Amino acid sequence: MQRIGVFVCWCGSNIAATVDVQAVSDALGKEPGVVFSTNYQYMCSQAGQDIIKEAVKEHNLTGIVVCSCSPRMHEATFRKTAASAGINPYMVEIANIREQCSWVHKDKATGTEKAIILGKAAIAKVQLNAPLTPGESPVTKRALVIGGGIAGIQTALDIADAGFEVDIVEKKPTIGGKMAQIDKTFPTLDCAACILTPKMVDVAQNDKIRIFSYSEVEAVSGFVGSFEAKIRRKARYVKEDICTGCGACTEKCPMKKVPNEFNLGMDNRTAIYIPFAQAVPKVATIDPNYCLMLKNGKCGLCSRVCTAGAIDYKQQDEIIEEKYGAIVAATGYNPISLDKFDEFAYNQSPDVITSLEFERLTNAAGPTAGIMLRPSDHEHPHTIVFVQCVGSRCDKCAEKGKEYCSKICCMYTAKHAMLTRDKYPDTEVYVFYIDVRTPGKSFDEFYRRAVEEYGVHYIKGMVGKIVPEGKKLKVQASDLFANKQLHIDADLVVLAAAIEPDKSARSIATMLTASMDTNDFFTEAHPKLRPVESPTAGVFLSGCCQGPKDIPETVAQASAAASKVIGLLSKDKLTGNPCVAHSDEMMCNGCSSCANVCAYGAITYVDKEFRMPDRTTAVRRVAQVNEAVCQGCGACTVACPSGAMDLKGFANKQIMAEVDAICR
Amino acid sequence: MPVNEYKPKIVAFCCNWCSYAGADLAGNNRLNYPAEVKIIRVPCSCRVNPMFILRAFQRGADGVILCGCHPGDCHYISGNYYTRRRMALLFSMLNYLGIEKERTRVEWVSAAEGAKFAETMNSFVAQVAALGENKRLEDLRCKQ
Repeated sequence: MQRIGVFVCWCGSNIAATVDVQAVSDALGKEPGVVFSTNYQYMCSQAGQDIIKEAVKEHNLTGIVVCSCSPRMHEATFRKTAASAGINPYMVEIANIREQCSWVHKDKATGTEKAIILGKAAIAKVQLNAPLTPGESPVTKRALVIGGGIAGIQTALDIADAGFEVDIVEKKPTIGGKMAQIDKTFPTLDCAACILTPKMVDVAQNDKIRIFSYSEVEAVSGFVGSFEAKIRRKARYVKEDICTGCGACTEKCPMKKVPNEFNLGMDNRTAIYIPFAQAVPKVATIDPNYCLMLKNGKCGLCSRVCTAGAIDYKQQDEIIEEKYGAIVAATGYNPISLDKFDEFAYNQSPDVITSLEFERLTNAAGPTAGIMLRPSDHEHPHTIVFVQCVGSRCDKCAEKGKEYCSKICCMYTAKHAMLTRDKYPDTEVYVFYIDVRTPGKSFDEFYRRAVEEYGVHYIKGMVGKIVPEGKKLKVQASDLFANKQLHIDADLVVLAAAIEPDKSARSIATMLTASMDTNDFFTEAHPKLRPVESPTAGVFLSGCCQGPKDIPETVAQASAAASKVIGLLSKDKLTGNPCVAHSDEMMCNGCSSCANVCAYGAITYVDKEFRMPDRTTAVRRVAQVNEAVCQGCGACTVACPSGAMDLKGFANKQIMAEVDAICR
Repeated sequence: MPVNEYKPKIVAFCCNWCSYAGADLAGNNRLNYPAEVKIIRVPCSCRVNPMFILRAFQRGADGVILCGCHPGDCHYISGNYYTRRRMALLFSMLNYLGIEKERTRVEWVSAAEGAKFAETMNSFVAQVAALGENKRLEDLRCKQ
């Protein structure tokens, strides 16, 4: 039996005007277990808190009920009071007799009656309270960033600036991501490489950052503060620490017909390659699918020309195991496959290209050295048609494309149209759109400049069909404003393909027990208030893996994620919320119902030995709650068919005691 | 107000993050609702075990209302979706047992909807009062 003290607050006249506080403290004083009951003008004041502390000492109290304002207001205050008086802070319960009683009822008799019932419910609950101690767990002061695009780069740089170690894992041979492929950036038209590559160099030179390029995360275990990751460093058949990136090997390699993925297959590279001139790390990689030496054992030219002796045909994949305190997912995006969009003839004609391919065509380091030549016959196109929303904002029933807006296409199409008209004023440029969406700083001005100053023909309507005919592409479209059909003979068609999360995102989310939405974007812990955190504690989101974003937004989110990581890593120990789920192993039958409803992946199963009544031992599968990960929602407690799962601080018995007290 | 007017007993479960805060806001704005409503704070609406609702009826409650965050806004991501499904099942079972479905309700009240909280409580109390006392599930052995 607890020894309970009841403290009724007047809150000046806020409570005392509609609740007879004396009557309340008298009535509650008669409840079983209550050994002391009083009322005071302001319980939250220093004097009020002293009354509580003295009563704890004098009456040897084990539980405290404060009838006052909302627990959202002063629960923390009274818990601290309890702790300083020497009793467990979780032995305090608040009866909310201000916001939910005196302020909403006018009649003093009813208000008093209700206050007494609310007090009784709190007493009934505190009778069953148990002292709780928040768990503590250590924090490994190192972060893992999965993905080395601009999002991952910015996150890593910010974390490293705060003095913490960061590892970037990038599956491609170089960091840089999509931004490295982009020519110019809207709405300022500054060159993407000029702003990205210095950051890539910063990453390479930062002694707090390790880059694991050409590597993938294979497994993640553990929880916030102490994750353990297994990273596979794929064999690149070149010793990374010895290669100087001189490029002599790439000049001599006889296998020159490998589609160059950096230029989206619009030109070729060699089997040993450096993706682009500013690659970081600037190290050659041998593509085992094309290398003659690795396939047939005949060649070895690259090892002969390499003066540094960096080529190692016998290199094996290496597994690195490392501990991390926080993990940032920055897995990025890809344009969707256009296989299902036959009407646009993407697979039929090389002159129907995606916007990312167009970026490479206009890029000075691209396959045409920045001169706009159409892929089929390398002639200068005179009529270019841009088609927006290819695969974005699709009907659910269409069974192709995405329902969402890809957000960046309106702006980059305006950029492409403007750059084309700027460089080649003799080119006619048409843009077909459903809507032009330009919310953002200087965005709409940018779009209007494309229309008004550069004379780009913006036509509201969708393209119905594109038919390659001779050297031309016959574009059939509708102009909704003029209400007529249009036929345009185009030389080049550029499709603004929708963007989707990278294919690796789902397996990474599974590893991290982070949740995803129906489009495979990572979900946030809260869509408004915690947009850079995943619901899984210690996992943060950076860039397009969370949703379509342009570069400034990506960088903003990357820095926000970094600041959350820094906040986490700067703690030596993590204190959890002690009101977490707890499984009674004797009752649990290991059915998995609880783990199925847990949004945080806090529940795991272990095989445990139990001593049976007949003195034999039996092994049973039982649920175990990871207190560092559990957020204490209680979904599992209801899902549990055997009643083994309960929530500390809001236990079944406690809530039922409240129900009983209210219904009495 | 007549002295012997029937007053139903109402138990309201409110989630800590939205509805309990909404109830507090109703208080801050001095929006009146009947004193028959007694609120029990739970971390999330999905913490409410159907057992608690049965217990309330058994102990003589005339109506039980469950308030949580709006769908999609749950502090715990998906808790209120569990609530919605569980309560749909429980309420249809109660209805089958003869407990009028007007005695139960699930309502989404955000932390900003003090007015909605008060309106909800007013209409729910009126709705339950119109049905009269809950005699079907009340366990007289629990009466002291």
